[in-house]
Order: sequence, then C-alpha cells, then structure tokens
Amino acid sequence: MEEQALFVLAERDVADAERSGYSDYSYWGSTIRVFMKNYAAVFCLGLLIVLLVFIMVQPYLPAQRDPNEIHLSQETFRQLRNVRPGAEFWFGTNSIGQDLWARIWSGTRTSLGIGIAVASWNVLIGIIVGTLWGYVRKLERVLTEVYNVLDNIPSTIIMTLIAYMLRPSISTMVIAMGVTGWVPVSRFIRTQVIIIRDREYNLASRCLGTPTGRIITRNILPYLVSVIMLRFALAIPGAIASEVFLTYIGLGLPLHIPSLGNLINEGRQLMMIPVMRYQLIFPSVVVSLITISFYVMGNAFSDAADPRNHV
Amino acid sequence: MRPRRSGRVIALSPSGRPDSNNRERGIYIRSHIGALPTYILKKSLGALITVFFVITVVFLLMRLMPIEGYFGDDFDRLAPVQREAILQKMGLLDPWYIQLSNFYQDLARGDLGTSIIFRPNVPVAEIIAPKVPYSLKFGLAAMALSLSLGLLLGIFQAREKGKWPDALGTSYVIFINAVPAAVYFLFIQLYLTQLSGLPILYSSARPLSWILPAVSMSLGGIAGYAMWIRRFMVDELNKDYIKLARAKGLSNTRVMFSHVLRNAFVPMVQHLPTTLLMTIAGSIFIESLYSIPGMGGLLIDAISRQDNPLVQALVLIYSTIGVFGLFIGDILMAITDPRIKLEKAGGAR
Repeated sequence: MEEQALFVLAERDVADAERSGYSDYSYWGSTIRVFMKNYAAVFCLGLLIVLLVFIMVQPYLPAQRDPNEIHLSQETFRQLRNVRPGAEFWFGTNSIGQDLWARIWSGTRTSLGIGIAVASWNVLIGIIVGTLWGYVRKLERVLTEVYNVLDNIPSTIIMTLIAYMLRPSISTMVIAMGVTGWVPVSRFIRTQVIIIRDREYNLASRCLGTPTGRIITRNILPYLVSVIMLRFALAIPGAIASEVFLTYIGLGLPLHIPSLGNLINEGRQLMMIPVMRYQLIFPSVVVSLITISFYVMGNAFSDAADPRNHV
Repeated sequence: MRPRRSGRVIALSPSGRPDSNNRERGIYIRSHIGALPTYILKKSLGALITVFFVITVVFLLMRLMPIEGYFGDDFDRLAPVQREAILQKMGLLDPWYIQLSNFYQDLARGDLGTSIIFRPNVPVAEIIAPKVPYSLKFGLAAMALSLSLGLLLGIFQAREKGKWPDALGTSYVIFINAVPAAVYFLFIQLYLTQLSGLPILYSSARPLSWILPAVSMSLGGIAGYAMWIRRFMVDELNKDYIKLARAKGLSNTRVMFSHVLRNAFVPMVQHLPTTLLMTIAGSIFIESLYSIPGMGGLLIDAISRQDNPLVQALVLIYSTIGVFGLFIGDILMAITDPRIKLEKAGGAR
C-alpha cells in the first residue's frame, strides 16, 4: 500500500458503528440456550411436565376409580385384597382392596402440593428475612442470634415436635416443615446480599438517593433470581422426603388422604412377602423419579443461569 | 489483626530498622496465641447463652404438647377432676414462669424428669444411658466409613474430572441427595440381605449383622463428603500456590496430600465435632429398621406412645449437643487456621 493511503481518513458510518457495537446478548435467552444443552436436565423437565399434566387430568380420564373406594368381588362380595397388577387393576390393589393406580396419582398430587407449598413458603420467608438480615445493619445482631438458636436444634427434631403437637393434616405438615425450612434459605440469601450490596453500582444508587426498598427490589433481587430458583427446585424433593419421614415415624397424614409417604409406608408393612412387593415398588419408583427430576433440573438451571457459563 | 503492645524485642535487621517481614510475622503469631483464651471465653459464653435460649424455647414449646402424654393408658378412665389433680401434682397447672423456674432447678440438679408411659416412673437418664453406646458405636462406624470412602471417591472424581468415573460418582451423589432416605434404606434391607445372606435384623451376638446398618448409615455421608471434596479440589487445583508447587516439581500425590488436603482440612474441622457428637442421637430410620436398641429408635417410641417427659428430655439433649458441637468446631477451627480473626473485625465492611 502506498504510504500516502495510510493517512487518508476512513469513512465513518454511524449506523455501521452502532451495528458492530450491538450485542444481541439476552440473559434469559442465554440461560435457556445453556439449559437446553444439558440433555439430562431437559429430559427431567419434560418428564415433570408430562407428569404434572397427567396428574391434573388423571381423575377426568375414562375408567378411573376413586382412590378411597374399596372394591368388592362381584361373586363373593369380599374385598379384592392385594390383587396383583393386571388388566383390571393396573397397579394392583392394596391390603383392603383400594385401587393402587388411583391412590398413587392421588398421592402424587398431595405430595407435590405439599412440596410446592413448603417450597414457596420457605423461599418467600427466606428472601424476606435474608435480605433484611444482609442489608439492614440494625437487624443483623438480632437475626444472627435468632439464627444461632434455630440452627442449633436439628431441624428434624423441630419438625417432629411441631407435627407431634398438632393433629395430622396437610396444613399441619406444611407448618411443621415451614417452621425451620426457611432458615437455610435466608442464610444463603444473606450471604449473597452481603457479597453484592457494596458493589459500586449499589454504592452509586445509594449516593443518588435511591430508597433502600428500591435498591433491594431493583438492584439486588434480580441478581439472585437464579439462586432463588435453585432453592425452590431443591426444596420440593426435600419436602417430599420430609413427608415420607414424618409418615414413617407415625406422624403422617390419615390414610384417607393418600400421599406418597403413606403409600410407601403401607408397602413397607407388606414388603417381606415377595409377591406383594409391588405395593412398595410402585410408589418408590414414582417418588424417586420426581425427586431426582427436580434435583437434576434445579442444579442444571442454576448452572445455566450463571452468566459465567454463557458463551 | 491489630498489633498488641507487649514487651517483646522486635527483631532488628542489619540496617537497624525493624525488619518489616519479621515484625509482622512475630506480632501475628503472638497475638494469635495471646487472643485464644479470650476467644474461647467469649465463644463459651455465647454458647452458654444459646443453650439457655434453646432450652427455654424448647421447654415453652413443650407446654403446648397434647396433655394425653402425661397420663399414659389411664387417660380415658380418669374423670376430669382426677386429671386435673394429676396435672396439679405434676405442677403443670402452675403459671408458666413458675414451671420454668422449677424446670431450671431440676436441670441444675441433673434431673431430666421421669418417663410416664415408655417405662413408667423410671428416670429418663436411666432409660437413655444403656442406649447411647449402641448409637455411638454405629454412628462412629458409619462416620469412619463415610469419611474415608467419601473423601476417596471425591478425590478420585476430581482426578478423573469429566470422564465416566466422575459421571458415575455424580449420579450416585444425585441419587442419594434427591431420593428420600427411607426409600433406599428399605430397598437395601430388602434386597441386599437376600443377595449377601447377611442378617436382616441386628443382634448383638452376630457381628455380621453390623455391616448393613453401618453401611446404610454411611451412604448419605459418603455422598456429602464426595461432593464437597470434589468441588473443593477442582476449585483449588487452579490456584497459584498449587501451580507453584507443581512448578517446583512436586509429585501429584505430594501436591494432593500436603497442599490441597491440608487446606481442605480446615472447613472440615469446624463441622466434625457436631457430626461426632450427633452420632449419639443415632439414626432414626436405621435403628428402627434393623431394630437396634439405640437413641434414634427411642425418639420414635417416645413420640408414638406420647411420653411427654421423655420427648422433652430427648429434644433438650439433641439441641444441647448441637450447640456444644458448634462451639468446639469454632475453637478447633480457630486453632487450625491462623487466618481466622479472633478479635472483632474492625473497619468498614
């Protein structure tokens, strides 16, 4: 090239500059793209969606039985006890002649309902307490002491105690799990808030006179969406496991409300008879599929929501 | 760390000025050791206050328990007047502050109360004492298993990161963390006893019956330790001091053991005492599944038979253990990690 040509001004096109400076990065777009690359997680998500839709419509499908109806034989009028899985009863019947297929899906509805209720409560209270704890200095002392007390008693003990004091029902169970379930969430949120509350952009906001409430809801919480979702996804299997545990130690729901914990417990009582093990295996498989799916999905989502993993 | 004044001779460098490097190090060590007793004192005071709070809260909560638990099998047969008389005699109709002060006085004398239903009129301490060794033995065996196997699995996974052993280990961790423990414990008892021919229930006469309960109890711990040490090592192996150690020509094993694991030890030290003490509490599932006469089974019995004083004593013991374990953990951590500030952190956060 001629030396002269190097010193000629290039033509500057404003529109062109804008175009090259523009990035089509979108946080949620990238999150979804990264998430979709994790085939195991996508599979779990699909499984859960299918399951959720199925348990919603299952009672309205044709030829479904009532989960609490005791089926009698047409000829002898005796209870159809422990009928093995077959064409008539897809998952067999239990020890008093109730349809296990209907009971399992009804139980899944109950357990998932408890799980979602507990998870929402834990996350909601956890966020409120956690942000106050991390952001409001006057409250820090008090909340830390409260945390020390609550964290030192094993949470299973508190849960058991509350369930013991109240009569068994769905709401009691949610209360028993919710009494301490928010504590780890709030601690987690507090740590995150402390990490980001003194970043420059928050300092700038404060200097500009943004009220605290607005800083929390606009600057801090959006940053925490991914971890909050993770906590939510992991709280559901936790609550289902707690339900199984409470039922196991005899503080579960009454038998006329089927739940996965109830069904596993019923199956356990018959597990020593090999031909009746289906009563333990079916609910166990369903509970494992649900909990593993939530766990895998939650972890994959939190990885995907981390901007460091966005390309 | 704030330098403390002391009559110590400051090492002088040849130039006559205090050698900055030596000085810092000297003061650092000095103040670290010097502050330790104060730190322990402060922490133990804190722990005592927490224990006091926990005990009070638990006691007050216990006042809400169903009153059937104070009568045993006689509940239905008693007239309301008789019930009231019994409650009166037990001091349960007094105002709560009197009950609370009586309770403190009993505790100070080491009296945990008397069982009503489980073993009528036997002091709680006498019921608990023979059960602790069982839970302790199983707990310690499970803890040893989970620590050794868990750390091994995690280290192996970190070394084989991204290959199939890592994926296999991760699936194990996911399974154990997600699926309710009751479910896989049941299946282990059901099928492993058939496959291996091991006894299905625990009996003190047969040493083989130890294996399955201890292994089942350790599964969760193995998953926890493996997950934690894997993440720790993967994070740590990219740090500068490891790169330096490698550059010095240290062998892989050496780097692992004397550098990475030495650092991994610190956070572990904080939570080991709690884990260790909590073995006393036993595993509720395992003990009832294999009918081991330990503490975990006792809690279920006490609850299902509604023996209020026993439930109360057990809850108090567990909570106190929790506080105490955390306290020891804090102290041990302060001793093992010189970077931890013993004095209150000053300045802006």
